[in-house]
Amino acid sequence: MNKIKDAFAGGKAFIPFITCGDPGLETTERVVRAAVENGADLIELGIPFSDPTAEGPVIQAANVRALAGGVTTDRIFDLVRSLRRDITIPLVFMTYANVVFSYGAEKFLRTAQEVGIDGLILPDVPFEEREEFLPLCRRCDISLISMIAPTSARRIAQIAEEAEGFLYIVSSLGVTGVRSEITTDLASILRVVRQHTTIPTAIGFGISTPAQAEKMASIADGVIIGSAIVRLLEKHGTDAPRFVGEYVKTIKAAIS
Amino acid sequence: MSNPDGRFGIYGGQYVPETLMNALIELEAAYNRYREDAAFNDELTRLFNEYAGRPSRLYFAEKMTKDLGGAKIYQKREDLNHTGSHKINNVLGQALLAKKMGKTRLIAETGAGQHGVATATAAALLDMECVVFMGEEDTVRQALNVYRMRLLGARVIAVKTGTGTLKDAVSEAMREWTSRIHDTHYCLGSVMGPHPFPTIVRDFQAVISREIKEQLREKEGCLPDAVIACVGGGSNAMGSFYHFLEDKSVRLIGCEAAGRGIGTLETAATISTGRVGIFHGMKSYFCQDSYGQIAPVYSISAGLDYPGIGPEHAWLHDTGRAQYVPVTDDEAVESFEYLARTEGIVAAIESAHAVAYAQKLAPTLAKDKIIVITISGRGDKDCAAIARYRGEDIHE
Repeated sequence: MNKIKDAFAGGKAFIPFITCGDPGLETTERVVRAAVENGADLIELGIPFSDPTAEGPVIQAANVRALAGGVTTDRIFDLVRSLRRDITIPLVFMTYANVVFSYGAEKFLRTAQEVGIDGLILPDVPFEEREEFLPLCRRCDISLISMIAPTSARRIAQIAEEAEGFLYIVSSLGVTGVRSEITTDLASILRVVRQHTTIPTAIGFGISTPAQAEKMASIADGVIIGSAIVRLLEKHGTDAPRFVGEYVKTIKAAIS
Repeated sequence: MSNPDGRFGIYGGQYVPETLMNALIELEAAYNRYREDAAFNDELTRLFNEYAGRPSRLYFAEKMTKDLGGAKIYQKREDLNHTGSHKINNVLGQALLAKKMGKTRLIAETGAGQHGVATATAAALLDMECVVFMGEEDTVRQALNVYRMRLLGARVIAVKTGTGTLKDAVSEAMREWTSRIHDTHYCLGSVMGPHPFPTIVRDFQAVISREIKEQLREKEGCLPDAVIACVGGGSNAMGSFYHFLEDKSVRLIGCEAAGRGIGTLETAATISTGRVGIFHGMKSYFCQDSYGQIAPVYSISAGLDYPGIGPEHAWLHDTGRAQYVPVTDDEAVESFEYLARTEGIVAAIESAHAVAYAQKLAPTLAKDKIIVITISGRGDKDCAAIARYRGEDIHE
């Protein structure tokens, strides 16, 4: 049984994003453990892609560092196997369509299920193209996470009605990255979403400060933070786990 | 060849972030409204004829024909268009469409700079703001075109990510579009990217094959035996092939940039060395590694230096309707020089890839056969780079 909803069972969920293999898989493993120990409810594990078109400069650079370090999809499956010896919170992969397609979608999803992955986020697979992966995801009990953007407008109903796992609400136009201000009328978007689904929602893109996280958590069921965490890895490298741990604790406290 | 679902066989589609979906849906609706609109088409035809200088010449290359001793060679002279390449056909169409949609700003990617120059030109003509994304490496090897774009009032942004070439310029233009959609149209330069771009760009470029057909009927009273064009994303090739797709006697040949050879890693020959994948909004063939990471491709030609190919070409390849052949840097440079000496035409290094294959094919065909080569652009922009390739350092 898919356990993504467990992440939202104990109040507002905090979902950190981590690029696997930046700066090495050994660090990734320690960062994930630090995040879990400090209250992360679900973790998005990014499988690096050479040309991540939905990412801003911070996560683009993390992808470059990770690939330069020799990370591959198979090594990331091994990382998850290792994490799953003791980590029980839901884990989802975030990557691009070609990483899954090129591996062989069926082989990718069967392996993901076997190692203990609960969901898949593909930012370049919108509602119209999800049939490419959805039947296989369902067969492997992996939720294909849908996204809703500030431009979704009339599309919100159809996306929300068919959504699985949780709904990823994109806070702003543009690519991932820290923003000083989020101006989208997210409360209105969430009201429409709520008319069409009961699955949990989490807001991501541009969030970095505890105050922003608190505000977003007052609107949705969870908060996703990527670039701000990746910046800690960029700055501290192999020493990052302890800084990420502290950061996760601060954000979790702000939204609780 | 209609494709209401945005697919060519299994290829094509709309693999883009949710943020862009609404913009693509609006674009498709606007295109469906204006493509059959008489006033829109009159305006576009007037721009094609009065501004871009269409129809372009179909020139009988008599000296080349004699020299090669085989099939008769005609050249479709898209290099004689205003701005110096076929790119203006698509850009005038898209800019006019964007204007009708109420957009005031055009963004574009460019490799060799030809599409960037064409977009900057249309923006100047139609009073629109223009920003062009160009790989940093390409801003160096195509410095003249960077200056032309600035002269035309466009802002040129050098893209430093990845390999600093065309694919990175496309990625950056897509990123820019997701951040500013309400007033901005992404004027994509080739028959690639998410639906409806491959169809829109093909339709605006199809004027090339429509004219070839009419002009050759007038000159020779028949269809050509082969049409040859270079292929990066593949817009001049798709435009050159389109009206011949149903004429099965006409061989359609796309020339890919093999760089230093298809046996090396320094190549951009997608059909020869790539496999099916999903990238830049479309399912098609891509140069990639075993884990689906897009390969850092290479060609001397900045305009063909792209790891993918338009989805309709992927489909024409699979069905066997068109044939795709690799042409190396060395072969293209030799043909660049050959065409200059033989016919007095300095063609773009991109187009020289097509000339190179025609030189191989023509002697194998009988003298009553006819080959049409699309000369997609002029080569002024390439002179400094080709001189460097030959060990001569000249200043532009």
